[in-house]
Amino acid sequence: MKLERTELSLIGVAIAIAILAQFSPNWLVFTLTLAISTALVVMGVVMLMRAGLVSFGQGLFYCLGGYAVGLGGRFLGITDALVLVGLGVVVTTVVAMILGLLMTRYREIFFAMLSLAFSMILYGILVKSHGLGSTDGFGVVDWTLLGFTPGDGQATTTALMLALVLALAIALFLNRYFKSSIGLACEAIRENEVRVEYMGISHRKVLYINYVLAAAVGSVGGSMTALAAGHVDPTMAYWTISGEFVFIAILGGTGHVAAPFIAALIFTLVRTYAVELAPNAWQMILGIVLLLIILFLPKGIWSLFTRKKGAAS
Amino acid sequence: MLTVWAILIDGFIYASWLFLVAAGLTVIYGVMRILNMAHGSLYALGAYAAASALGWYYAQGGDQLWIAFAIIAVSAILIGAISGLIIERGLLRLMYGRDEILMLIITFAVLLILEDVMKLVWGTTPYFAWQPYAAMGRFNIDVLTVSQYDLLVMALSVVIGLGLWFWLERTNMGKILRSIIHDREVSEAMGVNVRRMFTITFMIGATLGAIAGGVTAPIISVVPGIGVEVIVLAFAVVVTGGLGSITGAAVGAVIVGLARATSIHTMPELELFIIYAVMATVLVFRPHGLFGLAAARKI
Repeated sequence: MKLERTELSLIGVAIAIAILAQFSPNWLVFTLTLAISTALVVMGVVMLMRAGLVSFGQGLFYCLGGYAVGLGGRFLGITDALVLVGLGVVVTTVVAMILGLLMTRYREIFFAMLSLAFSMILYGILVKSHGLGSTDGFGVVDWTLLGFTPGDGQATTTALMLALVLALAIALFLNRYFKSSIGLACEAIRENEVRVEYMGISHRKVLYINYVLAAAVGSVGGSMTALAAGHVDPTMAYWTISGEFVFIAILGGTGHVAAPFIAALIFTLVRTYAVELAPNAWQMILGIVLLLIILFLPKGIWSLFTRKKGAAS
Repeated sequence: MLTVWAILIDGFIYASWLFLVAAGLTVIYGVMRILNMAHGSLYALGAYAAASALGWYYAQGGDQLWIAFAIIAVSAILIGAISGLIIERGLLRLMYGRDEILMLIITFAVLLILEDVMKLVWGTTPYFAWQPYAAMGRFNIDVLTVSQYDLLVMALSVVIGLGLWFWLERTNMGKILRSIIHDREVSEAMGVNVRRMFTITFMIGATLGAIAGGVTAPIISVVPGIGVEVIVLAFAVVVTGGLGSITGAAVGAVIVGLARATSIHTMPELELFIIYAVMATVLVFRPHGLFGLAAARKI
């Protein structure tokens, strides 16, 4: 299997981050891990956007991934991080396979509203679950990785390494997926669904596969957030969190598999400072940036890169 | 039997509040095809305006109930109409003709901005304006206590519902608006000033949201975040009833209100769950809501 340029650069960037992380302060490593985890959920939003669907409820899968890690450690006694992440993917995939049957019937704002409703249903259940700490949530167990138990101060770096490996694998897969027949069919559906049907492609099937995949990817993001932060709470499913994912997706654009990662990194870094410097103006900044992007950079930050490349050649 | 009465009373009180909150949202969507996520922020703006105006009035030593109501009405209508005008003229006007889903995201940006504007203007400490609610008093039906203020909200909700119906179905302007709903371009060709109609519609919708907030202010403590909570409830109501339909919003409000009251009196832990479960169930069988019309697919 020959690797193409995008794949080589993805691997290169991942290795570079892994090396740099060894010399970075703990807070930066932690922020990076959160950014990568967020990017994975955003990737799900982007996958749906490529098919013309906007989900205001991707927090549902983010939350399922996180709670699978929390509950798996607490009630099933699982401590291995990979098994916990896998558990999240299995649970989320099952839920998405059921919801997907329904969700693929809806488009535009109805899809947005129904996805929002489902994530709010999960939020409503979790808030009223007093055994699970209600709105406070609960802590995630100390985890291990393939028999290795991270000692004091090692957990943050280990979490980053795990997140990097998973994110790289997912990014490499999605890069191929976007160019596969299903990935391309998604874009065709966004352009014109009826014509896709005329071509003999089942749009329901394509959207269904895309929806379930997006959910599974999102759950990995949720699981990694839970492992890195060591805590889960119901706000993960609250609709404003899903709104943030939509924001990051639009910030990055749907043009390239790396775009969500760059956008999520910018978002996480800016938030770290903004919440400290201007806690009461942070959302305002988000809102204004969102409007500016819609007006002036409708294809997201990634279009800056491609435009430059086009001008040079 | 007592529980049934309690469910009916609470359900209809809650339903009339839900209708107040949702009416503006559905009017704007019906005419302009914009699902306004910032509607909850307009509700919060109305609540803040009414609460601080009432606070000022009672600090002056005022104790006249009817003046308090006039203050709620004036402050809410003013802030709703003004912010509606600013949002429509200053922002949405630049965006017309884009996808419905993009308009949803744009109003989400407006919501984010307004949330912080309110924090900067009113701070993060809660505002209370309980005096009108307390002054109205309560009465008993058997052992159930009912607040007269809630009955007033119910009456207002009926008045606004009938008013909207009259406006859309029986006035000249309503006829023009309905022609825009059916075909925007043809109406424009016939000489309808669609842009002005949009401005008026958005201002009325925004004002309805602010009025809902204003009358709610005496019942709750006005804190940051109330708008974000309310908007998803309003969505659930209008999507259940059918987007853009006034009748739909009323029926949706009654269904959601009764469902929530039933849950609170029998299974309180399912309160939040039930609202969205009702919405999801309706959408499974009627994808465009109870009174919504399916749009034709483009080829």
